[in-house]
Amino acid sequence: MRPRADDRAPAGLLAAARGGERRAAARLLTIVEHGGPAAEEVAEATHPLSGGAHVVGITGAPGSGKSTLVGVLATRLTEAGGRPAVVAVDPSSPLTGGAILGDRVRMEAATAAGAFIRSVATRGHGGGLALSVPGSVRVLDACGFDPIVVETVGVGQVEVDVAAAADTTVVVVTPGWGDAVQANKAGLLEVADLFVVNKDDRPGADDARRDLELMLDLSEVSGSAGDDRPAVLSTTATAGDGVDRVLAAVEDHHRRLAAGRGLVERRARRYDAEVRARLGHLLEDAVGHLLTGEPAGGRSSETPVAAARRLAGRLLAGGEHG
Amino acid sequence: MAGTPIRVVLAKLGLDGHDRGLKVVARILRDAGMEVVYLGLRQTTDTIVDAVEQEDADVVGISMHNAGHLTLAPLIVCALAEAGLDDVPVVIGGIVPEEDRGELAAAGVAAVLGPGASAAEVVASVRAVLGADAPTS
Repeated sequence: MRPRADDRAPAGLLAAARGGERRAAARLLTIVEHGGPAAEEVAEATHPLSGGAHVVGITGAPGSGKSTLVGVLATRLTEAGGRPAVVAVDPSSPLTGGAILGDRVRMEAATAAGAFIRSVATRGHGGGLALSVPGSVRVLDACGFDPIVVETVGVGQVEVDVAAAADTTVVVVTPGWGDAVQANKAGLLEVADLFVVNKDDRPGADDARRDLELMLDLSEVSGSAGDDRPAVLSTTATAGDGVDRVLAAVEDHHRRLAAGRGLVERRARRYDAEVRARLGHLLEDAVGHLLTGEPAGGRSSETPVAAARRLAGRLLAGGEHG
Repeated sequence: MAGTPIRVVLAKLGLDGHDRGLKVVARILRDAGMEVVYLGLRQTTDTIVDAVEQEDADVVGISMHNAGHLTLAPLIVCALAEAGLDDVPVVIGGIVPEEDRGELAAAGVAAVLGPGASAAEVVASVRAVLGADAPTS
């Protein structure tokens, strides 16, 4: 990281951030995104202070209107006296590591209203989020922001990390996004606590709602439905239409989670998912290290699967010593 | 460990609808491995300061094609300073006559990029205003 005029240690930054200094919170987020020993220090300090905020995940295909919806949600929350924070994730280039983080363009009103918005690049992490997102959420939570809205990159069918990082997951679809067969494919649609059909002013909105409801009917027939059937709501986020109902549904979901075992279970799931992601990251580093000692193109007599098994054996043996 | 990418806030300040250049610059900086927080058209000093603060930006780039640079550029430099963000350099891009450059520098603008600037010059200018120790990727 570039040295700054503001070079306070994490503990000093956290105290300032908890006192309401936004730049200190922003610096903490930079440290968390960067990783390393300072990030672990921030995690140690914020872990016992977090857990109070409601974490809402917003996901959906590119261009479905997630940012616009999040912007209106954050504006309404701020105007109602709340202190929402937004973590908006966009993809990093796999080639250069660069990124264009454009979510703020759709969140101008929220910025003006006073919401805290942070744009985050994935920095090589798959699954629709950045590896640092749970740590960023912890910082914002410890600083008193609530709720914390996490917007994923525009996703396809299988990027469901957000469901394990949030208490409430909202899946945004648009008219024409797919038919009833798409709706019943495995993946994204299975993790929704709430569906939003955005761009309700476009043709095909009724069909999209019908296909989702039909999919939810089949979940009940097949016995895979949970206790709570996700609501299917409609919005035209650019005009702000329907957003209040989404907000009410999100808050209602949180209340129901908190009233039962739901919230405790989701928090345990969030913890486990972060451990798993971090472990995967550490293993990936170890694998990279291991492969540097291997000849390019491998050994001619060995199949790739056999080579992987041999190397995995070495990796696990090394772990026992370390 | 890989360095943290340079984070750049890019915006157009005030009433100026020409954002083609800003989009080109965003793409150039992205391809140089930087993280560009793109604000786009019709920003105010407040929205830019908020973004620089919340995004913990290393540098802010303002594009101007409405001949307002002598009025608006000092405003954003002052607004950043008032918010305690005077360590974040301001780079101005766009149509700036040669004879205005001295006045902008005196007002605290770190660099000016004209319409003839190449992609390499844009990237080098951003790195230069951050000093030699800036991360490269």
